Amino acid sequence: MLIHKDKLTEYMISNKYQPAVIFITSLLALALLFWVADPALIVNGILLGFVFALGAIGLSLIYGILKFAHMAHGDFMTFGAYLAFFVVSTIFGNKIIDSDGIGPFTFDYPILIAIPISMIIVGLVSVLLDFVIYRRLRMKRSNVVVMSMASLGVAIALRAVVRMLWGTQPEHYPRVSKMFYQLPLEIRIPPDNIFVAAISIILVIGLYFFLKKTRAGKAMRATSDNPDLAKACGINTERVVQGTWFLGSAMAATAGVLLAISQAQLLPFMGWKLIIPLFAAVILGGIGSPMGALIGALIVGLAMEVSTGFISPAYKPAIAFLILLLVLIVRPQGIIKSGN
Amino acid sequence: MLTASNIFAGYGGTEILHDVSIEIKSNDFVTIIGPNGSGKSTLMKTIFGLIKPTKGQVLLDNDDVTSYAPEQLVHKGLSYVPQSGNVFQSLTIQENLDMGSFIHSSQALERAERMYSVFPDLYVARAKKAGSLSGGQRQMLAFARAMMLSPRLLLLDEPSAGLAPAIVDLLFEKIFEIHKTGVSILMIEQNARKALNFSNTGYVLVNGANRLMGIGPELLNDPEVARLYLGG
Repeated sequence: MLIHKDKLTEYMISNKYQPAVIFITSLLALALLFWVADPALIVNGILLGFVFALGAIGLSLIYGILKFAHMAHGDFMTFGAYLAFFVVSTIFGNKIIDSDGIGPFTFDYPILIAIPISMIIVGLVSVLLDFVIYRRLRMKRSNVVVMSMASLGVAIALRAVVRMLWGTQPEHYPRVSKMFYQLPLEIRIPPDNIFVAAISIILVIGLYFFLKKTRAGKAMRATSDNPDLAKACGINTERVVQGTWFLGSAMAATAGVLLAISQAQLLPFMGWKLIIPLFAAVILGGIGSPMGALIGALIVGLAMEVSTGFISPAYKPAIAFLILLLVLIVRPQGIIKSGN
Repeated sequence: MLTASNIFAGYGGTEILHDVSIEIKSNDFVTIIGPNGSGKSTLMKTIFGLIKPTKGQVLLDNDDVTSYAPEQLVHKGLSYVPQSGNVFQSLTIQENLDMGSFIHSSQALERAERMYSVFPDLYVARAKKAGSLSGGQRQMLAFARAMMLSPRLLLLDEPSAGLAPAIVDLLFEKIFEIHKTGVSILMIEQNARKALNFSNTGYVLVNGANRLMGIGPELLNDPEVARLYLGG
């Protein structure tokens, strides 16, 4: 009893100063980075980090509720990006060709319509997949490895569908060329990245308030924390599972579209290639903690982007893998300790 | 009110309960005692729908609720406090209570106020995460969370486990207070002497089977109970 209490106080003290320590450390790290690296890479790295965050937060939510590593998350991003491509190029028929795009951006209004459509479809597809595959495995009480392998199967199948429908050649959204923003310190950033980061930030803030303030959001956190007790409260945990799939996948779809905008390119492998950075972000932030995933994603995005100033961009995924390995060895619980 | 009859149940392939029967009448305070591994918790989980019995029947107000899930049973007026993992650790106390009244969210405020008046300590710490509470406070929160459902029948799995004796007395007082307001109680307890004193009815479970049943305080005088649990 007494020992237990001591442990608790210790935990509370360590937790109390942790955010401050992390904040100061990251500020110092950032200052150091600005000194050694190209500032433009840093700014773009942070902007891209927010896109990773959309994917990583969804991955973390799904892990929190379903307790398995969702290997198809990257391919949900790809699928979302291609669905938006279908909307802008097939439904709107490349109307944008004769437009000037919105303000400083390379795209026109159709993409703004395509994003919610893609979110909803990918969200519904994930709920359907849960119904057909994961729910059955849950009923059989399959272990997490089986569930992860099933999601790997989904990933491969989904990628094959994308290649069947849209081919294997690179595609891009209809776009017009625009000037880069010229900021002090010779920082040049494409205006699209501002848009991409803004949408991501809005969604992340929206999700934060959903989880903290709404009845459904609290039920989601409660189910993630203790599913049996959630049932004892009368929470329909199967409904929570479906809601989590929808939310996580819709966010992945958005991340896919934003990534395709920022890279000005769509490829069937674009999402799959991100699965390691996403897992690195999730584990860095403490697995199952959505806000940890946000911080993890910013760090991973930053590190990957900054690395291109020193080594070939081809090694970007290796940087993410390196972070993943380091975290697993040094601090497997993540930089931010979660509630339990 | 609730009858579980001829229950056979267990986890996976292992059968733990072999033909157990129990009855809780309206306004009853029933305590189950028995050695570790006798199947007390399994019985409670079976009643609450967390484990499906292989044989047997659970009747609530003469309706067959054997196949009901927990989330359906809470609508019927049952509430359950598990022995461990009985609070949402990463949620604040206030949020724990909010979840307690998840299915009655229109009454959440009023009920939370009532719980805070019963447990003033919880009100002081309401913005703290439940994971940071002491064992006693945590047990109070678990109890308050379950009471947010305003249940007719409250299932308590060893509420005193791991608590200091002074806190156990306080907790039992609170439980008895709640019972007097018309809530039936089914409680599992290691603290046989204290628990049976409060109870109208006591059951003794041994090796997954009914061994004895009787009026709570009278069971204390039973030589077999004394020999088995009271060290006398």
